[in-house]
Amino acid sequence: MIEIKNIYKSFNDKYVLEDVSAIFEKGKTNLVIGASGSGKSVLMKCLVGLESIDQGQILYDNRDFANLGYEAKKVVRREIGMLFQGAALFDSLSVEENVGFPLKMFSDLHKSEQMDRINFCLKCVNLENSNKKFPSEISGGMKKRVGIARAIALNPEYLFCDEPNSGLDPLTSRVIDELIKEITQEFQITTIINSHDMKTVMDLGDSICFIHKGIMWWQGNNKEIMNSGNPELDTFLKAYLF
Amino acid sequence: MSLFTSIGRYTLFVRGLISKPERFSVFWERTLHEMTAIGVGSLGIVAAISLSVGAVTTVQTAYQLITGLVPRSIISTILRDSTILELAPTITCLVLAGKVGANIASELGNMSVSEQIDALDVMGVNSASYLVLPKIVAGLFVIPLLIIIAMTLGIIGGYWAGVMGGAISPRDFSEGILNDFRGFTVVFSFIKSITFAFIITSISSFHGYYTRGGALEVGRSSTKAVVYSCVGILFSDFILAQMLLEN
Ligand SMILES: Nc1ncnc2c1ncn2[C@@H]1O[C@H](COP(=O)(O)OP(=O)(O)O)[C@@H](O)[C@H]1O
Ligand SMILES: [Mg+2]
Repeated sequence: MIEIKNIYKSFNDKYVLEDVSAIFEKGKTNLVIGASGSGKSVLMKCLVGLESIDQGQILYDNRDFANLGYEAKKVVRREIGMLFQGAALFDSLSVEENVGFPLKMFSDLHKSEQMDRINFCLKCVNLENSNKKFPSEISGGMKKRVGIARAIALNPEYLFCDEPNSGLDPLTSRVIDELIKEITQEFQITTIINSHDMKTVMDLGDSICFIHKGIMWWQGNNKEIMNSGNPELDTFLKAYLF
Repeated sequence: MSLFTSIGRYTLFVRGLISKPERFSVFWERTLHEMTAIGVGSLGIVAAISLSVGAVTTVQTAYQLITGLVPRSIISTILRDSTILELAPTITCLVLAGKVGANIASELGNMSVSEQIDALDVMGVNSASYLVLPKIVAGLFVIPLLIIIAMTLGIIGGYWAGVMGGAISPRDFSEGILNDFRGFTVVFSFIKSITFAFIITSISSFHGYYTRGGALEVGRSSTKAVVYSCVGILFSDFILAQMLLEN
């Protein structure tokens, strides 16, 4: 479980996140939704420590991440997997080397055990015959799958996905959504997904945070979202429904 | 950004690189890879340039010494000293700044704008040290070797042009090469090449690593990497000559 309390983040004296609080639960696909530029990516970057926060607390199962020392932060980092918007695969490494990278850096597994783990992760994302291919040789959907496989290589407790569907066709988007949901439930991961895709919201929305101009306006789930009574959220939803 | 902020950020960047590698085997593997990329990849251009610079130096020196009052062997002595002291290290490194520097900056720049560096950081890898340190270490090993090759080929190029063009006999040439040879010139040249190697790899890495934006900025970073590496080389060339070549 990740709990964030009263997070503030500014760039050049302009607040991009203001007093954001939320709870992201284990074994659930927790969505953060909002229009482009609302602050979803910044929030995620703050959570994983790529950006520092001005104020507030980020609690990874009660460990105050922002205030941990370098080594203690590293321990938490080992438990984090992240899927980037553009997948962010290492260009110079093949698919299996990408997935094996965290293992090579951080695990004490032998070569053959690493290979088993790599194949297991690639199987989880239904990508079994592309081990030797390079990122430039595979499609956008495949890149995202490799990105997921790499993110789960070290058995993470926490999985972050920044717009997993952006740039994908609707069919591939559903496949990726399903994958993330399955992995989350099977391995009981705390998953956080940034999205502005309504289909994702309806399919995966066990828990939804709506963020608009850096402020958290509403939290709930996909059953309640249509009747939130929140004007900002209704405007956001209308844009997709009509 | 002002010059002083840049220099400050560059200094912090270099200081941040000095950390224990996560996995020594990985560090070593990457260093070997970079050595091949820098060394083998640059051999052709270094050879071509040093042969022709040596040849041109000989022909021009011969032309300026046409009087006949000085012994012909002076031509190869001048070729030897200018090649070892200045032409081999400085010209080779200016060319390497263009080739290796642009390469490093665009590789790191692309990794930065496509969030690959963020991906490393999220995993808890010290991205600057993981990516940049092997490049610098590889450069410090390989570039001095390239300079030694450049020296040798420069003198061979000079011999070829001088003897074939009839400006100097093979006998005079070898006499001039051996005449009053000071080993310190080679040491000086070695110090220069190590300094230049550090300048090229670290400045280019700095500009690549801090690239933000997209493809356009990656191009800009490469240009900056080359320009600032060249300026750094010429500036330190002067400083080193002042410091070490007194008397
Ligand atoms: N590094 C940065 N420097 C300054 N402003 C930034 C930076 N990163 C993001 N922003 C600003 O923060 C706001 C939120 O951006 P972002 O989180 O990327 O939106 P999105 O919800 O589409 O992911 C935008 O207005 C953006 O311009
Ligand atoms: Mg975003």
